[in-house]
Amino acid sequence: MLGRTTSLEVRTPEGVTFQVPIASPFSRCLALAIDFAVVVALTLLLSQVINLLKFSVSEIPIIGDIISDFGSGAIVLLQFLIFTLYGMITEWLWSGQTLGKRIFRLRVIDERGLSLGLKQIVIRNLFRFLDILPSTFYLLGSICCLFTKRCQRMGDIAAGTLVVREVDVKPPQFSEAISVEENSFATAPHLEARLRQKTPPEEARIALDAVTRRSELDPDCRLRLFARLADHFRDIAEFPEEITIGLSDEQYVRNVVDTLFRRAAA
Amino acid sequence: MILDLDKFIAKERPFWDELSELLRVRSEDPERHAPLEEAQRFYYLYQRTSADLVKLNTFAGEVETTRFLERIVARAYSHLHESGGESVPFRPLEWITKTFPCTFRRHWLAFTLSCLAFWVGAGFGAGALALNYDLKGDFIPPQFSHLNEKPSKRVEREEKQDFDAFQGRHTFSSQLMVNNTKVTILAMVLGFLWGIFTFVMLFYNGTLIGVVMFDYITDGQGTFLTAWLLPHGSFELPAIFIGGQAGLVIARTMFGWGTNLKLRQRFSRIRGDLLTLIGGAALLLVWAGIVESFLSQYHAPQFYPWKIAFGAIQLIALVLYLSFAGRKRTPEA
Repeated sequence: MLGRTTSLEVRTPEGVTFQVPIASPFSRCLALAIDFAVVVALTLLLSQVINLLKFSVSEIPIIGDIISDFGSGAIVLLQFLIFTLYGMITEWLWSGQTLGKRIFRLRVIDERGLSLGLKQIVIRNLFRFLDILPSTFYLLGSICCLFTKRCQRMGDIAAGTLVVREVDVKPPQFSEAISVEENSFATAPHLEARLRQKTPPEEARIALDAVTRRSELDPDCRLRLFARLADHFRDIAEFPEEITIGLSDEQYVRNVVDTLFRRAAA
Repeated sequence: MILDLDKFIAKERPFWDELSELLRVRSEDPERHAPLEEAQRFYYLYQRTSADLVKLNTFAGEVETTRFLERIVARAYSHLHESGGESVPFRPLEWITKTFPCTFRRHWLAFTLSCLAFWVGAGFGAGALALNYDLKGDFIPPQFSHLNEKPSKRVEREEKQDFDAFQGRHTFSSQLMVNNTKVTILAMVLGFLWGIFTFVMLFYNGTLIGVVMFDYITDGQGTFLTAWLLPHGSFELPAIFIGGQAGLVIARTMFGWGTNLKLRQRFSRIRGDLLTLIGGAALLLVWAGIVESFLSQYHAPQFYPWKIAFGAIQLIALVLYLSFAGRKRTPEA
């Protein structure tokens, strides 16, 4: 909330930098609600099983008494154990996910981008006893989440973990994104060569981003952006009028990108 | 240089797909031990994809492909660089005979402070009751309302009862066990709030014990009290103190005295010790719970000496274990 970062930037020993999106407090709340429901359901289910067992043996003189008393004690213990161990077991088995997190596509990871260790899982789940205070309202944990940069509850800070969003990224379909049926620039290979020579990689990247993400832009912004980009690239290499006649600014930039990225090796 | 993206993607895509497939296999079966060739191939693919990501960022910067590669590299990175020390196998015998007592002794000052907070609380409770006995009801929380009964009356009632193992005592013992485990865990995690509430919790629990002890002893029921509390208390109270000890270790980490490490680094240094301490406390509590279920709650006077002896032996054994187990023998000169 205050100076919140939306992604974790990791720099690997190989010098590669990548970003992992951090889960929002809201999605974490929803996942928590599911987990809470699972814990309650499990507790009720097991309590019913034990009660059934107690009832079925209640007529037997001595064993009935034993099972009845032990059963009642077991229910008390089970409630506590399910609450404490549910998160630990599921996060260990599903590499940082509980059922709620699986549904909302969240995952707990080490805050350096590494996979979770058992120690971290145990610590972050034990600290739940602190995060849920007062009573079971999760007030301390929520406040901590809201006021930490990476939306970490106290358990996360102690365990060195954070909850991230799992994003399904489809394999790139680059050709479709910038495909140009007929690039009229191809008729002036010497100008194409000049364009490739004089365009710095950063500017080429801006043009490519504009083309691949053009459908996400507002119509007005789209027009203005492509007008500015087209003007810029016209300054770098001016193609003759017979090649560019009838080309919109957007088409002009698409031709530029096609020249720079797809036809570079031609 | 600007990349010919089509060509680049067409050339590298099979390697990315292969890495994605290996990642899928690994996440479906995290415990699987990959053969050497597969591990080597995995590392090669990770490095190649990382290099592709750098190349893409430097020479093209196409967003979709970059995001795609970032996801794969992130997953592969987390698989390759496991958190340190996790691969060391857990050896229960070594843990019990060496790791736990040594860790306990390494943080002896925190344990001493934890004990002190508790017994100061006990002194306060006893003192308050000595000054005004009517305060007893205010000190005892609702879940222990049976303690409001006059001790001599309770002892008379308990001692008259037959030795009946099935009178809801196991349910009560389970409640106590859960309560004590919660207190122990809370004493630890409250250390995160700079230890203030760890002290408060230990002091408060000490107050309760102080009130009960004063009440029973002044009513002439010291033997009953010892026979009742010592068998399980000799493990239960040290377990709570160890929880407090872990809490104070966390508190020291929060303050960061004597180190210029960041909070994250400080926590990563104590994580193992915290788990060892809380694991040890949990073991003590399990045993205390068993003793409480099967021994402490039975109040036949003929068993008192045996119960007291059992508790005393347990306490001495625990003190010796925590003081000496796992110590390195110094070679004789």
